[in-house]
Amino acid sequence: MTVAEVAATVESGMTVGIGGWGSRRKPMALVHGLLRSPVRDLTIVSYGGADVGMLCAAKKVRRVVAPFVTLDSIPLEPHFRAARQAGEIEFTEYDEGMFMFGLLAGAHRLPFLPTRAGLGSDVLRINPELRTVRSPYAGGEELIAVPALTMDVALVHVNRADRRGNAQYLGPDPYFDDLYAKAATRCYVSCERLVDTADLLKEGPVQSLLISRSMVTGVVEAPGGASFTSCEPDYGRDEELQRRYVETPWEEFHEQG
Amino acid sequence: MSRADVCVVACAEAFRGDGEIVAAGIGGAITVLAARLARLTFEPDLLTHDGTCLLTADVPALGAAPAAVEGWLPFRDHLWLVLNGRRHVMLGASQIDRYGNTNISCIGDWARPKAQLLGVRGAPGNTRCDPTSYWIPRHSPRVFVPEVDVVSGVGTDRGAYDLRRVVTNLAVLDFGGPGGTMRLVSAHPGVSVAEVVAATGFELHVPAHVPETREPTEEERRLLDEVLDPAGARLREVAA
Repeated sequence: MTVAEVAATVESGMTVGIGGWGSRRKPMALVHGLLRSPVRDLTIVSYGGADVGMLCAAKKVRRVVAPFVTLDSIPLEPHFRAARQAGEIEFTEYDEGMFMFGLLAGAHRLPFLPTRAGLGSDVLRINPELRTVRSPYAGGEELIAVPALTMDVALVHVNRADRRGNAQYLGPDPYFDDLYAKAATRCYVSCERLVDTADLLKEGPVQSLLISRSMVTGVVEAPGGASFTSCEPDYGRDEELQRRYVETPWEEFHEQG
Repeated sequence: MSRADVCVVACAEAFRGDGEIVAAGIGGAITVLAARLARLTFEPDLLTHDGTCLLTADVPALGAAPAAVEGWLPFRDHLWLVLNGRRHVMLGASQIDRYGNTNISCIGDWARPKAQLLGVRGAPGNTRCDPTSYWIPRHSPRVFVPEVDVVSGVGTDRGAYDLRRVVTNLAVLDFGGPGGTMRLVSAHPGVSVAEVVAATGFELHVPAHVPETREPTEEERRLLDEVLDPAGARLREVAA
């Protein structure tokens, strides 16, 4: 598929999960596809970075579901901040571990998963829809019931994939891309390089095959498709470009492409 | 002797007695150096990481690659480890109150913040499940507030698992005051108790005798200067 073809499948009002973490292995080519499409009012589910910031800057977002939005080497994301401070977006703010449990529940068709993370904090105050559950076993501990995070579409970027959608990461961390793929109705994978299925194990062990084709609707070959975020070992973060993104007004940065 | 060295050692002291758990320093040079210094001196069984997802077998300098790796801790396993509890994290905070409730989410009304910060990140789970300490490089009434705007990390009055220490550029504090309130443990060399009290925006429990924070040993200074931080990143994090 092409980036434009993927973007064309996303409709206004949909929930879109975006893989990676902060400013690491984000599917930025696919995000740029959304920026160029007329889609609006998206709910974005993300361990947030510039993906969230750019979509906010382009007024594509109604709600963000995230435990944080950061550019890692630059702690605060300017466009997400601006959107929050202007009251332009709604925000479902979870603890990082709660968020993972939401993805795990979504990936396994469970309505919720229990966790201690979040108890006692204002996460319960700012998300009044959250409920707790009591253990039916000895002790009867009260825990947060994190609702499943499901999504219409998931977008992830990996190092290698075959044409059928078997997706491989070669860097040090899988992040949560397999969970996004399983928690979404449709998952689109962009990759640095398409390879023959028979060649997948030439660059990484079998454990690096993160996502099965059974979870993937379409594959896009997009060399550099995570930039300016990192995509180890193919490339690190483009710190200079990221700094320019932070320092340049959005319209100007976006037009420079 | 630099104030930064005193701060690194005071943060390292927070890990004393922890044994074979992950010492996780978050956000900047001082906390990372503290975990590594503790491991190289009085807590040799500590596990430390490289800032991404490698548990290092040796203890490299700040920013340097390890010579050997002893474990893999990708984010997903880090989040499981938070629930497991075999971990002591040293976090930052934009605001902290007298019970150790902390805020890294936003300043002002959450619904329409004056300043959006990071978001709660892992602070709720960290503070509920693991021993937690804080490093605050600028001790001031803007940070030490009567009430935080958003409770990201939970305090002793909200079910914190085990809040150990708060180390700042001025002092070491804990929650041994009446009802689990913040108590002054020691003031750094050259800092008066009155200075610490003036920089704290709530009533601080001050014992009758407040000792001075201990100075780094010769060996600790050598390790910081020659092994862990020859470039002096720690000096940029603390006002001299």
